[in-house]
Amino acid sequence: MTALPFEARRDQVHRKGDGTFRLACNRESLAGAVSQRACVFCGARVVLYPVADALHLVHGPVGCAAYTWDIRGALSSGPQLHRLSFSTDLREREVIFGGEEKLYRALTELIGRHRPAGAFVYSTCVVGLIGDDLGAVCKRVAAEQGIPVIPVRSEGFQGTKRAGYAAACEALFRLVGTGPTDGISPVSVNILGDFNLAGELWIVRGYLERMGVEVVANLTGDGRVAHIARCHGAALNLVQCSGATLALARRMEEAYGVPFRRVSYFGVDDMAEALYAVGDHFADRDPGLPGRARELVREELSILEPRLRSIRADLEGRRVAIYVGGAFKAFSLVKAFRLLGMRTVIVGSQTGTAEDYRELHEITDPGTVIVDDTNPLELSALLLEQGADLLVGGVKERPIAYKLGIGFCDHNHERKLPLAGFEGMLRFAEEVHRTVTSPVWRFAPRRAGSREVCHA
Amino acid sequence: MPESAAPAFVSTTNACHLCMPLGACLAFKGVEGTVPFLHGSQGCATYMRRYLISHYREPVAIASSSLGERQAVFGGGPNLRQGLWNVITAMRPRVIGVATTCLTETIGEEPGPLVEAFLAELAGKNPGVTLPRVVTVRTPSFGGTHTEGFRRAVRALLKALARPGPAGSHLNLLPGMASPADLRHLKDVVRAFGLEAAVIPDPSDPLDGPIWDAYTPVPPGGTPPEALQAAGRARATVALGCMAGDASGPGAWLRDRFGVELLPLPLPVGLRASDRFFAVLEELSGRPTPGWVRAQRGRLVDAYVDAHKYLAGVRAAVVADEDLAVGLSGFLAEIGVHVAYVATGDRSGSLEGAVDAATAGLLREPPAVREEVDYYTVAEETRDLGLGLVVGTSKAYPLARDWGIPLVRVGFPIHDRFGAARQRVLGYAGTQDLFDRVVNALLAQQQEASAVGYGYL
Ligand code: SF4
Ligand code: SF4
Repeated sequence: MTALPFEARRDQVHRKGDGTFRLACNRESLAGAVSQRACVFCGARVVLYPVADALHLVHGPVGCAAYTWDIRGALSSGPQLHRLSFSTDLREREVIFGGEEKLYRALTELIGRHRPAGAFVYSTCVVGLIGDDLGAVCKRVAAEQGIPVIPVRSEGFQGTKRAGYAAACEALFRLVGTGPTDGISPVSVNILGDFNLAGELWIVRGYLERMGVEVVANLTGDGRVAHIARCHGAALNLVQCSGATLALARRMEEAYGVPFRRVSYFGVDDMAEALYAVGDHFADRDPGLPGRARELVREELSILEPRLRSIRADLEGRRVAIYVGGAFKAFSLVKAFRLLGMRTVIVGSQTGTAEDYRELHEITDPGTVIVDDTNPLELSALLLEQGADLLVGGVKERPIAYKLGIGFCDHNHERKLPLAGFEGMLRFAEEVHRTVTSPVWRFAPRRAGSREVCHA
Repeated sequence: MPESAAPAFVSTTNACHLCMPLGACLAFKGVEGTVPFLHGSQGCATYMRRYLISHYREPVAIASSSLGERQAVFGGGPNLRQGLWNVITAMRPRVIGVATTCLTETIGEEPGPLVEAFLAELAGKNPGVTLPRVVTVRTPSFGGTHTEGFRRAVRALLKALARPGPAGSHLNLLPGMASPADLRHLKDVVRAFGLEAAVIPDPSDPLDGPIWDAYTPVPPGGTPPEALQAAGRARATVALGCMAGDASGPGAWLRDRFGVELLPLPLPVGLRASDRFFAVLEELSGRPTPGWVRAQRGRLVDAYVDAHKYLAGVRAAVVADEDLAVGLSGFLAEIGVHVAYVATGDRSGSLEGAVDAATAGLLREPPAVREEVDYYTVAEETRDLGLGLVVGTSKAYPLARDWGIPLVRVGFPIHDRFGAARQRVLGYAGTQDLFDRVVNALLAQQQEASAVGYGYL
């Protein structure tokens, strides 16, 4: 491997085939390295935000709320309350004398104004430092207003996004079990870990309902407080993603005996497997279900395959780099690109675990670079070295790819196209095709071999 | 409508303002070879980068000292040092602009002395490494908005870099938070007067650059640090915006410290404000306004006349940072739009007076002027105003959509349209662009609402 910009990160980058595989991870970001990571609050907000009939109040100075105002899809089929950005907008006074009183007044005012089904109150760095007792204020307001008001321990400095997922699961768990479970079918599931950024939850839910499976609650895409409150009555939890909601599934299993299965809805194989898993799980209660699952997959594939074939012809052999938040998504992407005939030459995540990286190492080809918590300088060096034609990442990675004359697909929060399921796979293939086959790349200095567009 | 200009504020819903360090980062991006660096936890830096990237569609590196729980309790000094060292060795900047965040301000950590001690320690010990200048600025968000952060960072840059010396003939031009295209235009016109002026800061190239052939950690362009050094020797400072003359601003600092004459002007948006700007350039250069600029003015007035009937009677709301809010109000008033409501998230206390001055003699009744408001309040207060137009950032879109009226996107941020960096509003040329957009927005609205579907308007 060529020289890396940050010596201290040497053990967070590995090329498959270069010695034994060990990748350091789950570290605090290196100061000064312009990490692509966010903070605990960001993680908590990602998970809880799609609960559309809840009030999401960010307790802290204005920025934390302002930068997260309606920045993700998180589509709702009903209320849109979650799309507003509420902040206690702390000022000097509260930073010195404490913000509990202001929080109380803010909650009271906002609940009176919007009549939400519940409220989540996020703490931020400053609140962690001034030591406001969020729990006490939430309890008081809950009692006065008669709705659940749940504190979320999400002080940014307490760790990475993953700690935020845990804080969000903790908050959700307080809500679970507080509603009635009567009338729930024995063949029923909760969908955990999909946030309905662009409507993918509706695709998955559609498949399940077509098979005859009741969906009790979505956690949290297109989510509702009342559904979450009764979701312990479901027979199975389907958990997506590398752990955003895994902790919740584990706790629900312990407390309510609801088993869970980890699934992915991205890519043909993973989507089919998820449906088969549901079919098999309920085979004793509904013997026809496995058959219906296979039937559905067959139907969908017969529509998808001919269309994918023509796209694949153009993409065969192209080289792709994947850098996403969670490693679980990376697994699915590696497989999906294989289906498109493309080679994964870099794969990495912001928050993968040792186990995740071992698995990535297993499923990738020799020569693939595996990387944890990268930064623009390092990523761009790797992109050029590995000759990538495409980068899949989030909005912060987009300008890096474009500046270097490399195609880009958003597989993160800001995408507007649902990429789940069979139809999602087609959309994804089309998007990859749109960027990779664009004529503009030939003008990029890297390809044109010219320096004429260099800085003056 | 409530009469008090300061709403009894308990919480904020859909803020009109952003936080101080963001403004500071923008200012730092405008000095050549500078890397902005936030002293605080990682999240703030990442959020701000993302916000800036979505507007400029350019890579924006903002380093962070990435404080964790331990550092929040025991102090962030070690992380600050490590972070600076990593930036120095990996990015080789000429300047590092360190801004504090709420976290470090709350624990009361002043970065200045920490930085000085660190640099002193490094001096001479690492022969292969050129040490950058490190500028620090205090930007606790709970004490002000992003525009205040911008001003403070400009002042901090000048304080750190400007040096005394024999007076020169050059000027300082402090444009405030202007778009790259506006900055380019300003530089062109100033040059056309034969004036030599340092635009401070000038992020036009760093935030709107060409495609690259290799990754460039610190994009080229920006005001050279040498020009900041020479700022104390300038003949005069032309500062734009409604806070340009403020005693705590960068222009006043140069005046008080070095005796550089300060010429504060409103942002040159619209004909009259631009006239004032060009009059000052005439005076400073002793030359008449160049022919091509006069021609721009002539075409602008011609356009005002051609389109005046499309605009008559339209009632508008302006929601923007205060400098721009004033400029836009004056511009809209002079083209015959009735400015009914002007709002900002800023809180300098100067908006009302500045709007009055900018719209003097043009409006039948003065607009409602609101400082320190959020979009929720704006929506509540504009519901019954019979608005036909909103001029402001993308964040006003939900409001415009609810009211079923066009939004002309101006300022920062613009997250739902392309080409924000190339948008102009300053000078006759910028005003012309803005004017066309306003007229076309109204025409488009009329066309879409028409049952006939006129193809000829
Ligand atoms: S903590 Fe302060 S500096 Fe950080 S994002 Fe929030 S408001 Fe801005
Ligand atoms: S202040 Fe803390 S919680 Fe808020 S954005 Fe910054 S790191 Fe995250």
